[in-house]
Amino acid sequence: MTPAYVVRRIGFYVLICAITLFFAIPMLWIASAPFDSSPGLGVRWPDWTLDNVRKTLSHPYALHSMVNSLIICVTTAAAVTAFAALASYALSRVRLPGRDALLYGLLLLSSVVTGTAAMVPIFVMMFQLGLIDSRFGVALVMTGGLLPAAIFILKDFVDAVPKSYEESARVFGASTGQILRDVVLPVARPGLATIMVWAFVNSWGNFLVPFLLIRSIELQPGAVLLQTFTDEGGSANLTVIPVFSLLFSIPVVVLYLLVNSRYGFRFHGGIKS
Amino acid sequence: MSATTEPVPGRPARVRGPAQDVAGLGIGRAFGFVAPALLLIGAFLVFPALWTIYIGITNYRLTGVEAVSPSIVGLSNYTRALNDALFHNALWLTLLFVLGSAIIGQNFLGFALAWTMRRARPVVRRTVEALVLLAWILPSTVVAYLWIAFFDRDTGTLNSILGTQGTAWLIEYPMACLIIFNTWRGTAFSMMLYSSALQAVPPSQLESARMVGASGWQTLRDVVFPHIRGHVLTNTLLISLWTANDFSPFLLTKGGPNHESETVPVYIYNVALQGGELGYSSAISFLLLIANLLVALLYLRLLRRRS
Repeated sequence: MTPAYVVRRIGFYVLICAITLFFAIPMLWIASAPFDSSPGLGVRWPDWTLDNVRKTLSHPYALHSMVNSLIICVTTAAAVTAFAALASYALSRVRLPGRDALLYGLLLLSSVVTGTAAMVPIFVMMFQLGLIDSRFGVALVMTGGLLPAAIFILKDFVDAVPKSYEESARVFGASTGQILRDVVLPVARPGLATIMVWAFVNSWGNFLVPFLLIRSIELQPGAVLLQTFTDEGGSANLTVIPVFSLLFSIPVVVLYLLVNSRYGFRFHGGIKS
Repeated sequence: MSATTEPVPGRPARVRGPAQDVAGLGIGRAFGFVAPALLLIGAFLVFPALWTIYIGITNYRLTGVEAVSPSIVGLSNYTRALNDALFHNALWLTLLFVLGSAIIGQNFLGFALAWTMRRARPVVRRTVEALVLLAWILPSTVVAYLWIAFFDRDTGTLNSILGTQGTAWLIEYPMACLIIFNTWRGTAFSMMLYSSALQAVPPSQLESARMVGASGWQTLRDVVFPHIRGHVLTNTLLISLWTANDFSPFLLTKGGPNHESETVPVYIYNVALQGGELGYSSAISFLLLIANLLVALLYLRLLRRRS
């Protein structure tokens, strides 16, 4: 072991420590502040209490907004998964005229038409359709935005499923419906689960669309409501914000861990829109 | 159904595309399968994108006379953008934001992580990767509060660490804060992409570089980089596109103070929904769409050439 080697090793570990601290330190707040008896914006060892949790749960809109988030995200995830599954299967197995151009277009759309670039026309359109303040409207817009990437990811997945399963079922006289229900669906389940979780997590964290389209506080999902928590004096309500942030993050982390442990992390170019 | 199996009675044998339609879906039903998705995409993605062009040449407003009967004003929204100091400011800030947080921040930190974690012990590797990924998957509103707390003037963690109580980082250095924030937020993608790209570098070449006594930097430049050049390009394009369209600066600074952190997405929102000028903001949105389109076309070209 030369001195130069020792110095390099030390430098290496210092670098790793610095990077770890950079990623960890901002997160400490969400671990300590929710359980502190006098929560502030600083990080300190908490004076343990569950008082904030009780106050958050009794906040008039907190649980309400979680339900709103759930309604919007379940609708979006179900719609994205169902429509993407149908489309990706057909695009993978049937040589539709213009298929390649369509796929290329979808790939472009998934990254070009972003929420920020389309926020004005989407707002105007939903306004004229009378879909402002509609959770269904929010789910529709999110579904449209997530579908191109979802179709792409799922098509990759279906392409990798051997056609021999369907062929053998066909040889034994299964109808198309039976093949889809009893052969394709079970085989594609990991892909469908991944897409469903992906769509759910994306819509759960989406701030812009509900922020644009939902005005009344009773209909706001958590992502928007969290921005508006203030106390009587008009400053940020630090009793509710930390606990709500923590509760609001849990579903995302749990779902992510679930997919990760059951199916392994799959790396997709467009996993985040 | 493959060409060699017997066609099931009642279904026409397929002529085109050998061994394709194994479940016997048929063109008609296949169209039926694709149609709902295409309808939704058409209504909520393609139509808004095209409609931006039309709204962008009107003087449509959120309120007032022009809200009821907007009129066509031709290209005057675009000529206005040419001379709008605040739009130029937004463009410049977006450029800084993309350059600082995506092209430099996420790219380099992501690569450094992928490169160092390759040889780290599994415990270290898993811990670090979990933290980096957590920063990526947490909801953006939550992340915004984490960083507002971190940068806070009175009790913020950064001031406690540096001993600089009373420095309002988000007000005094808003762009620097946003760049650090977005580097933290988005590095996970580059890390994962480079991790998988580095697996394509043959270990034997790294070994021989070590044998001839090449320094770490020489190894990176002459052995590793040629293998991952394509990944670097496509990664940079993708994260730049996402960063330029990122709305989370709004959650941290709302574009302030005094437009000092008003990137293009925030500017579009402020002009459209705060100022009510839907026509003008549509024109700017259209410019953003065109920029996105150019980057995405370049990205797909590179991707195609690589495969």
